Amino acid sequence: MTVAVAMAVEWGARWVEVRKLLERPGPFTHPDFEPSPDTLKMMQENIRVLVIGAGGLGCELLKDLALMGFTNLHVVDMDTIDLSNLNRQFLFRKKDIGRPKAEVAAEFINQRIQDCHVTHYYNKIQDFDDEFYRSFHLVVCGLDSIVARRWINGMLLSLLCYEDGMLDQSSVIPLVDGGTEGFKGNARVILPGLTSCIECTLDLFPPQINFPLCTIAHTPRLPEHCIEWVRLLLWPKENPFSEEMPIDGDDPHHLSWIFEKAQKRAAEFGITGVTYRLTQGVVKRIIPAVASTNAVIAAACCTEVFKLATSACTPMNNYCVFNDSDGIYTYTYEQEKKEDCVACSQVPQELLVSPSDKLQDIIAILTDSLRYQMKKPGLQAMVDGKTKSLYLHSPASIEEKLRPNLKKTVEELGLRDGIEIAVADVTSPSTVLFKVKLKK
Amino acid sequence: MLRVHHSMESAAPASCEQTEKAKKYDRQLRLWGDHGQSLLEIGHVCLINASATGTETLKSLVLPGLGAVTIIDDAKVAHQDTGNNFFVDLASIGRPRGEVALRLLLELNPEVRGTFVDQPLQEILDNQPEFFTPFTCVIATCLPESTLLTLSKVLWDAKIPLVVVRSYGMIGYIRIQIEEHTVIESHPDNEIPDLRLDRPFSALEKYMDSLDLDAMDDKEHSHVPYVVILYKFLQKWNQEHGAPPKNYKEKKLFIQLVKTGMREKESGENEENFDEAVKAVNTSLLPTSIPSGVQTLLNEAANITPSPTTKPFWIMARALHEFVSSEGRGVLPVRGTIPDMTADSEKYIKIQSLYRDQAAQDADWVLRRVQEHSQQLGPRKVMPSLENDVKNFCKNAHALRVIKGKPIVEEYKGSINLSEIGAHLENPESDLVWYVMLRAVDQFHSEFRAYPGYFQDQVETDIVRLKVCVNRLLADWGCGPIVKDDFIHEMCRYGASEVHSVAAYIGGCAAQEVIKIITAQYVPINNTHIYNAIAATSGTFML
Repeated sequence: MTVAVAMAVEWGARWVEVRKLLERPGPFTHPDFEPSPDTLKMMQENIRVLVIGAGGLGCELLKDLALMGFTNLHVVDMDTIDLSNLNRQFLFRKKDIGRPKAEVAAEFINQRIQDCHVTHYYNKIQDFDDEFYRSFHLVVCGLDSIVARRWINGMLLSLLCYEDGMLDQSSVIPLVDGGTEGFKGNARVILPGLTSCIECTLDLFPPQINFPLCTIAHTPRLPEHCIEWVRLLLWPKENPFSEEMPIDGDDPHHLSWIFEKAQKRAAEFGITGVTYRLTQGVVKRIIPAVASTNAVIAAACCTEVFKLATSACTPMNNYCVFNDSDGIYTYTYEQEKKEDCVACSQVPQELLVSPSDKLQDIIAILTDSLRYQMKKPGLQAMVDGKTKSLYLHSPASIEEKLRPNLKKTVEELGLRDGIEIAVADVTSPSTVLFKVKLKK
Repeated sequence: MLRVHHSMESAAPASCEQTEKAKKYDRQLRLWGDHGQSLLEIGHVCLINASATGTETLKSLVLPGLGAVTIIDDAKVAHQDTGNNFFVDLASIGRPRGEVALRLLLELNPEVRGTFVDQPLQEILDNQPEFFTPFTCVIATCLPESTLLTLSKVLWDAKIPLVVVRSYGMIGYIRIQIEEHTVIESHPDNEIPDLRLDRPFSALEKYMDSLDLDAMDDKEHSHVPYVVILYKFLQKWNQEHGAPPKNYKEKKLFIQLVKTGMREKESGENEENFDEAVKAVNTSLLPTSIPSGVQTLLNEAANITPSPTTKPFWIMARALHEFVSSEGRGVLPVRGTIPDMTADSEKYIKIQSLYRDQAAQDADWVLRRVQEHSQQLGPRKVMPSLENDVKNFCKNAHALRVIKGKPIVEEYKGSINLSEIGAHLENPESDLVWYVMLRAVDQFHSEFRAYPGYFQDQVETDIVRLKVCVNRLLADWGCGPIVKDDFIHEMCRYGASEVHSVAAYIGGCAAQEVIKIITAQYVPINNTHIYNAIAATSGTFML
């Protein structure tokens, strides 16, 4: 004991564990690394880290970063606390249900860990502009939404400065991203503009597959088909609660109505297995989650943030998958930067179309291809030096006016070879430029 | 006598009257079911030393609702704990660390009970080794080599699983010591469907033969489940070739044959069910067989003479073996579940019920054998869940897993798995080298009463001394001095520091291993896991 105390005093007591890594040289450090007591000071005084999401991963990230010595943390989350969060989101208690996650998480960390200051934002990430994001040195994501991931990826890419085609390294804000689902997870390091970004690897997130409507309507064979039948077809027809009342997955009355009707439908076809839990899972699209996986993935992300901030170790290169359902399995590899990535490549995107393609076919390419997976793209073309709106989703009056364009062909719209189309979508904060190339 | 195992469907609450607990645990109940949760809730885990790695492990056990925890720790909260351990605070400096950690951990979940013991572990081991009997599992961290060896021996003899966790600089370590662990619900990620197309049971055969693809109208034809398509064309194939397609070339020919049956839809598209049939050729035509791991287990079961102390798992395995060698004619009971496929409701559900009925019939055969064995062992309590247990066992027969562990002490007393070590040390990508380094720093500690690099002014001398330890260890194992100096330097840089993010990673992994052990679902590691946070890689080794 006396040895430990003497040693603690010698090392500046509290941060003795990380200081060994920061103040001693080693064979696996980044080439830029210089052992120094100043590094910890720099982490505590200068480095601003933004944590996106205060859920399963976010709670862990805040704790991990605070205990690695970071003191200037910011967290954005638009959600409030629900009872089903408490099995893993360990900064929340029953009394906190209904309060904003970001606020409660920040309060807890600030109270537990001395000298750590977490600033919270009960907001959507889209509420902030480039100036806000430019003020951070590092961004860590613990999100369950792919659209939000893509948006923040696009935001950090939009902050890059290029001079004569050369990237200004000081404009790079590293993005560390984690994701979990049941016992599976992944962690990755993205250096925007330098290494593979979220859009380079969009095919890692295949679009969700929905059951064909005709199966649901006519040939159900799974309990899920019966639940979807109630949700998609019976509910709008019967409006059990009141006209135009949408389904609220958190309302037990709604759920039990769906459950009972689904059971009936299942019985008609001799299908077994419709349970309340399954009904809830299908209606709310629930993804299983457990404390341990979130702890592991957040820790892996935090380690990378620490490495990027201090150079005490080279960062992971650059993508790691984790699965502990059969033993503990990890696989770490380099995701390659896509030469013609729609978001990070600086290569103009080509839109290969035939003169007879309709505008709606072009939109289908943008939404359906694995490469783009856009949600509700709006299109504007530059024709003869003027901006011409081809199709926009809102406002409603404009949408109505432009709707006939959907059926018009490329030729009819005057989209000649080489014309540029600017596409705006929720998946990115900036528009993407496409150059029309006509098929020969 | 038999553990309660309900299938997930039957155990899920049937009504909408969901309890608050079910709501709170909803996201994890979808992974291990209510029966897994019940086992977790009667589990009692003991943690030795509430260091950062220790509390991080307990955290992911308290949150999902473990029954009870006991912390043994005689340390007081020090300043450095407040720099890496979330479950202490500044106000608690100087207070017993186990007590503080317990209080802050239990805050996470009011349903978990806990106790704290402020007594040196060595004293407990010396005076009351029976102290450990109530625990479902023991987690140990920050123990010197000699204490760890004593503890592991006590727990091995008492048949209590031990999970050793450790964070050392950028390196993490988990070692599971468990004599035997059996898993019925291993939840494999990718299952090959059990369709029996090569050896259809009579009810399946009868139904299949009653269908005539050519006589169907287009709508019905495009909604025949692909099992039927494969069955029909397999018959055709067999008439010509005598045996199902085996290799790539034959399968390709078979696919061509299946395609001849496809009708063109009005839209010009392929019939989806035929497309699915073509895709399923690779997995669905594999001959029905017993996976090698299951065969090993059955061979072991064949040699068992059931006694009152035989675990239920092995009695069921014995009955399963008997099924395979008689009723089953060399294969396992029918699993009873089929994959989803394009189909009309009536045929799909009919075929599903054929498989399900055969599975029930097979399971019933096994059940009767289990009952016979049980009766021979004398009167026992009536087990209301026995039927469900056997059903579940048969349904999972293809995925049964048995882990035979090794005591930690064997790693130290000459019977370490040298072939594993030798093979991995020659691979520069392998993380096993870090195991060697951890063993070496422990030897160093035994000799010098401190870890290498612990004191700032001794890093350089310690490098030389640690190198001696490493070489001695390798010499003992008969391996050459093939460990690069880089690893030795890096270990001395760490100076036994416990860094939070590494502790949190190891804590998360170890907690899930404990949950696997307690719930007997999913598959734990066997037996050593090394995490390398430098490269974000890991490896599992059987030592």
